[in-house]
Amino acid sequence: MIGLNHYLILGTCLFGIGIYGVLAKRNAVAVLMSIELMLNAVNINFVAVNRFIRPDEVLGQLFAIFVIVVAAAEVAVGLALILSIFRHTKSVNLHDFNLLKW
Amino acid sequence: MTYSLLAPEMLLVALGIIVLALGLILPGRGQKFTGPLAMAGTLGILGLVLWQFGYEAEFFQGIYRVDSYGNFFKVLFLSAALLIFAMSGHYLKLFGDRQSEWYSIMLFATLGMIIMASCGDLIILYVGLELMTISFYILSAYLLDDGRSAEAGLKYLILGALSSAVMLFGISLIYASSGTTVFSLMYQALQAQYATQPVLIAGIVMLIAGFAFKIALVPFHMWAPDIYQGAPTPVTAYLAVGSKAAAFAALLRVLVIALPMTHFNWTLLLAILAAVTIIAGNLIALAQSNVKRLLAYSSIAQAGYILVGLAASNAYGFKGVLFYAMLYVFSNVGAFAVTALVETHSGRSDLEAFSGLAKRAPMLAAIMTICMLSLAGIPPMAGFAGKFYLFSGAIQSGYLWLAFIGLIMSMVSVYYYLNVSRVMYIGNSDDQCLPVPAIARAALLLCLAGTLLIGVYPQPLSQFADIALKVLH
Repeated sequence: MIGLNHYLILGTCLFGIGIYGVLAKRNAVAVLMSIELMLNAVNINFVAVNRFIRPDEVLGQLFAIFVIVVAAAEVAVGLALILSIFRHTKSVNLHDFNLLKW
Repeated sequence: MTYSLLAPEMLLVALGIIVLALGLILPGRGQKFTGPLAMAGTLGILGLVLWQFGYEAEFFQGIYRVDSYGNFFKVLFLSAALLIFAMSGHYLKLFGDRQSEWYSIMLFATLGMIIMASCGDLIILYVGLELMTISFYILSAYLLDDGRSAEAGLKYLILGALSSAVMLFGISLIYASSGTTVFSLMYQALQAQYATQPVLIAGIVMLIAGFAFKIALVPFHMWAPDIYQGAPTPVTAYLAVGSKAAAFAALLRVLVIALPMTHFNWTLLLAILAAVTIIAGNLIALAQSNVKRLLAYSSIAQAGYILVGLAASNAYGFKGVLFYAMLYVFSNVGAFAVTALVETHSGRSDLEAFSGLAKRAPMLAAIMTICMLSLAGIPPMAGFAGKFYLFSGAIQSGYLWLAFIGLIMSMVSVYYYLNVSRVMYIGNSDDQCLPVPAIARAALLLCLAGTLLIGVYPQPLSQFADIALKVLH
């Protein structure tokens, strides 16, 4: 029987993979994809909690929809910014973006 | 439930859309009108908020609140937006024919901050937060010809999205342990449970980590100096003043209204974060040679001081948070306005560009010095009164060591603040007069008046903060 714990473990694993991607990937587009993975892990959490703990309300599903919409806006801006920086450096590799330094 | 109390929010949306549309309809010459329109509209909305200040209402089963606490921060955000619009008229020439969009996105960022300060539900909090940050991603990268600006925008986007994902994960854990996202219901649900849940603690810690990123607390501050340096200066000023105040407003509301301290005493966590932030921010600022970067580290340190009030978690400390957030608007916008003027004139923002400013533009040098002294907390200026509230709050709650660290580090900060003044007054200049446009002069004088008046006569603002805080008790 698959229960809440399984979903939460799945969500946490996906979240961890997402963080790994953000930290380890060099391609800016791949980093954006890893962030999407993290947001979708959160969505799994919300929907699973909604289903198993409070099935009478759809609050968690509602939150998941908001997250999806906001993530879409974020990716639109993100891709535009990658295009804009590509015009300057001719690269989408994060290691080439080094004009600003500590 | 009277929807007319939502008028400021609705008018702000309308103003943003009108400014955007006017820029599209009237190309070229029309750009000149959008700035004054945005300023007049913001001023009108500010007047409306002040007029409705005492009213209270809950909308949609408590997920959105209009109360004096939210109104205090609305006044703060709208005055900050107004000052920044006024100071940046000359800077916007760098944006070419994209000025109306800039005004419009700034207005939407303001709306996001207002929603954060008035939210009564975690979903609304998240939407407001993202409205603000996505607007700031665009604004940071607004200088299309400058590679540094694009880089700042992309860095902010990646780190900002990462932090909101962490925060959302925390929210999902809080939702799992309380079964709701509405603050008032959450408090009851969590109060009813007696056992301390590790899930809830993890959720609260991740939520605080997400906020700490927005506020730029050490160890979540690495983005701030890069973005502050790369972004256009008016945007940096708004980022430093507005987005921080909005995050503090929302954090205070969540911690006080939604999360009872029976499970997890978060004050020690905040106190440690505050101490590390104050020490690291001030020490790294000592080594900076670029004024924008120096102001970035100084604003990290300032956020640490404000967090002291939150960690104190008593009436004095909370009052200090509101008081300091308001005076910080005047002092910091003043400093950034001078930086923006110097930067448009010389094209640089390093310390050498400020050399001999006192001879070229005595008023700018004087205002910069007074704002810096206020940030350092020297008595006749506003910063002293704010720090007095914050640190006495900390001492009352037994965080004597924290107040001590704050005092020592304030003394250290005087060095790098006065170093800028030293360069301005003693350095050599090329004797080129630096012109100040009339409207920027007005903004600068307002910042000066705010910094001095609040410092000499802090009582009105302190009462204003007291009224705002009544809602939380």
